[in-house]
Amino acid sequence: MSAPELLPWWVGLPVSLLLVLGGIVALTGCLGLLRLPSFYQRIHGPAITITLGTGCILIASMLYFSALQSRPVIHELLITLFVLLTAPMVSMLLMRAAVYRDQRKRRLPGEAPETGEIYPLSARPADKRAP
Amino acid sequence: MNELSAFLLPLALNFALGCVGLALVFCTLRLLRGPSAQDRVLALDTLWMCAMLLILLLGMRHGSLVYFEAALLIALLGFVSTVALAKFLMRGEVIE
Repeated sequence: MSAPELLPWWVGLPVSLLLVLGGIVALTGCLGLLRLPSFYQRIHGPAITITLGTGCILIASMLYFSALQSRPVIHELLITLFVLLTAPMVSMLLMRAAVYRDQRKRRLPGEAPETGEIYPLSARPADKRAP
Repeated sequence: MNELSAFLLPLALNFALGCVGLALVFCTLRLLRGPSAQDRVLALDTLWMCAMLLILLLGMRHGSLVYFEAALLIALLGFVSTVALAKFLMRGEVIE
């Protein structure tokens, strides 16, 4: 691995900062996915990972390869565009599916329980409910 | 002055690799623990995204552009699989 020695410092510094920022942001989003109490709060954690973390790391990758090959390497824009276009669609579909399932379970309480629990639509955590 | 980037870049790359690896572990924990099915699907979608970031970082570390196609493929497959799973959760079948 002899590549980083070829780079000037004014490329290495912003690439390093963007990499560290992207890593911290991705870790924060996944920590939110792990720690938040209900599904409707949990869906906001990965949005940070997908938009800001992926954006930082992709910009760092573009800068790094452009400086390494001394020509503009911007095909990471494809991933950026694709991810930014599809992330809202995915979260909207998942949210609609979750609301639909919770409503269906609330409407038919006598049926055999599926896996998991019903989340309340308010922001309270789910463990306040009677079992 | 080039010693700065030679010192700083591998450090930042290793730090970002560690962070994304830990994020993968968190997503896997949520995928295994997740009380309802939509939690598991959300964790799987985030797992796809973190795997894409990991492949990109590996490509930067090895200094090759070949990893980009793998990252693009992972992003595409993650989108398609998450849409199919969300549709299955909503309707009970994927293709109507």
